[in-house]
Amino acid sequence: MTDTEAYYESSRCLYCYDAPCINACPTGIDIPLFIRQINSDNKDGAAKTIYESNWMGHACGNVCPTEELCEGACVYNHQDVKPIEIGRLQAHATDRVIRSKKKLFRTGKDTGKKIAIVGAGPAGISAACELRMLGHAVDIYEAKAKPSGLCVYGVAPYKLTNEEAVDEVNYLQEQFGFNVHYNKPITGRADFEKLEKGYDAIFIGIGLGGTSSLGVPGEDKQGVIGALEFVEELRMKQQKTPVGKKVIVLGGGNTAMDAASESCRMGAESVIVAYRRGPEEMGAYGFEFDLGKKGGAEGVFNVTRGEVMGDKAVKGVKFIRNKAAYGKIEAIPGSEFVEPCDMVLLGTGQGKQVELLEQISGVKLEHKSRILDDRGRLVVNEHFQTNNAKYFAAGDAVNGGVEVVNAAAEAKKAAHGIDQYLKK
Amino acid sequence: MADLRTNLAGIKSPNPFWLASAPPTNSGYQIMKAFDAGWGGAVWKTLGVPVVNVSSRYGSLNYRDNRMMGFNNIELITDRPLKDNLREISEVKKRFPDHAVIASLMVETREEWHNIVRDVENAGADGIELNFGCPHGMCERGMGSAVGQEPKVLQTIVEWVKEVAKIPVITKLTPNISDITRPARAARAGGSDAISLINTIQSVIGVDLDTFVPSPNVDGKSTNGGYCGPAVKPIALNMLKNCAQDKQVGIPISGIGGVENWRDAAEFILLGATSVQVCTAVMHFGFGIIRDLKTGLERYMDEKGFKTIEDFRGKALPNILHWEDLNLKYKVVADINKDKCIGCQLCYTACEDGAHQAISLSSDPADRKPTIIEENCVGCNLCSIVCPVEDCITMERRDDGKQHLTWGDRTREGNLPKTFDDPLAGGLHHWVPEPAEALAKVKPRHYKG
Repeated sequence: MTDTEAYYESSRCLYCYDAPCINACPTGIDIPLFIRQINSDNKDGAAKTIYESNWMGHACGNVCPTEELCEGACVYNHQDVKPIEIGRLQAHATDRVIRSKKKLFRTGKDTGKKIAIVGAGPAGISAACELRMLGHAVDIYEAKAKPSGLCVYGVAPYKLTNEEAVDEVNYLQEQFGFNVHYNKPITGRADFEKLEKGYDAIFIGIGLGGTSSLGVPGEDKQGVIGALEFVEELRMKQQKTPVGKKVIVLGGGNTAMDAASESCRMGAESVIVAYRRGPEEMGAYGFEFDLGKKGGAEGVFNVTRGEVMGDKAVKGVKFIRNKAAYGKIEAIPGSEFVEPCDMVLLGTGQGKQVELLEQISGVKLEHKSRILDDRGRLVVNEHFQTNNAKYFAAGDAVNGGVEVVNAAAEAKKAAHGIDQYLKK
Repeated sequence: MADLRTNLAGIKSPNPFWLASAPPTNSGYQIMKAFDAGWGGAVWKTLGVPVVNVSSRYGSLNYRDNRMMGFNNIELITDRPLKDNLREISEVKKRFPDHAVIASLMVETREEWHNIVRDVENAGADGIELNFGCPHGMCERGMGSAVGQEPKVLQTIVEWVKEVAKIPVITKLTPNISDITRPARAARAGGSDAISLINTIQSVIGVDLDTFVPSPNVDGKSTNGGYCGPAVKPIALNMLKNCAQDKQVGIPISGIGGVENWRDAAEFILLGATSVQVCTAVMHFGFGIIRDLKTGLERYMDEKGFKTIEDFRGKALPNILHWEDLNLKYKVVADINKDKCIGCQLCYTACEDGAHQAISLSSDPADRKPTIIEENCVGCNLCSIVCPVEDCITMERRDDGKQHLTWGDRTREGNLPKTFDDPLAGGLHHWVPEPAEALAKVKPRHYKG
């Protein structure tokens, strides 16, 4: 967004009272205020307004499903007028300060307390910034070589580039002075015990694990990979990764859609999104699927996947058509078919890092939930404190996998939870 | 089909749209182009004594992304030689005999006035406009607004002009005066055939926050300029009304000040203008806006059944009274159409913070549509003005329309409130919350401090 476009767009904002966009934002950014600040040529002020509520302001401006959140709540929608482009305005304001490297915040007075953060994703970085504002020292331990978690490794690159994601973290690190130890995975009980000895509190922001397996025969064939891993690889290699000619994406979530869109963009001849229920029941946002369709992806609905066919390499996926009856899916006998392909991307969701989390003594995981997706989540109280008082957690590991903005909102609260805990 | 032809004190033009004396009428080239585009008349950029202009001459007042809602200039009268202008006046009149060419003039002595009036008459001008309005550069030399601000001096000069003028004379008035009817009456007393108003308003358009120099910047310094553009229209309309309602003025008026589209023009005519003059809008968008001005006014006249400009000229004048003649018994209250409401709550915050605390919000945060507290509503209009939805908040009449009582009636009857406790006093009916209730109010969660 250019300065001129930002000026025109910000001129349209009505400056609603107790604006619905603010209330639709999990971090509660004072959106009309920052838009007004952009309009009066106070971009630093705008960026400060954004960051005060959300330390991942730039990433969120780019990756947030704004149609579902702030922009979806804009009152212009009720007037059949295009809502304000809040996400782009937010990214514009934050981009300016990140590039100018202007310091907007001062860290709090040193408390002498030290906090370890596991994971430099949105939750970990947000917690780090907030803890530094409160005067606590912070060390982050990150398993990978880059910060920002799924912002760098997991979302489609058209939303946010690696450079942008990393620049924001560097910008924040510069003014807050937290330490990040890269390529330092925390792997087991001994590591956690070390952290417990060295730090006053520990924040867990490890997100979720790799793509869950399908549990069907043949999924170990060549050419079958997780959608998330596919996105990670293409992001790390700037799209210089192989893509199949005929790609089948299994699943109906946002990562499945990202993988489908990117496959189309990288030159796959056909891309099929196969989902076991109807299109309206997909977990993905409508606009994500629309984007995939614009790229050339096709949806095949109400199909249950069977065996993955092929020799060494994948040659197709067997499906059976189904119908929903009383909320349950029933196969339609005799409707089996094989969809040929040379690549299968599993958009079947990420698994929880249950094994790792079980290494922490005294924390409780959600085991009994009737909702399968909830099983393995870390259980926390309203201050995001786990059953082991020294451990706090936020983000996907706690919420089961939502948006960057949710992680940012939760981590901020967790930081205050830690602060309260340390004052006791 | 509406007939737009206009006759202002004998100056005829095919339509009421004239270019005001300003940069767009600096040359025969521009005026021919304007007439070709459809303009009905043009007041030539003021002819007079030799001047020297500065470089950097204009400043703009923008509102959000709207440019030039206000405009100021420090340009002087024409700096082109008189003989060139006279030759071009002849040439334009030859090519466009039915269009109005009015020569704006500004000189000092009686002899100079006599000479220049004869010159422009000989060149073929249809009328003369006396520039007694320019508020910068010329007034310091005893001309322009310096004349317009002194009714006696103004009248004398009008008399000098009328001693020789055979064509109609329009006196252009400055708004930089507290009572516009005084110079207007003086113009008539001096024999002026018409008046035109308003000229520009003395202004400083804004200060550059980095250089600390107002705009326009002339080598690090600036000066007061003349303000015009859409933002001055309400001031122009008021002064037009004052002159048009004043029986001692009683001469035709050419209206000037912020006219940009046909709606503006229609408003000037409804308040008594025979022709309207346009400058800033042309400086912004070019002569082509005449297409909207003409077609829009024609359509309006056809729709209302007005055959000529005279059919509706001054039609709004009987509807503007003195405050003391307004009906105190008339009572309206705001009404929100909840089907149209989009839930921005601008009406709520405007009324709550800026008016009379007569709008409430639902206790259910999911219901964003505000409600009027009718007993607190004074019918001020503010909510309906800030509402971004057309016809969502309307003002509904609540009195029975049978009673009529004005402050003037009361004064004449000796029926005025003497104390604040007097039931006749308006304030008695004006409810306000207790001061401390302000602090107990629920604030939006993002309001800090």
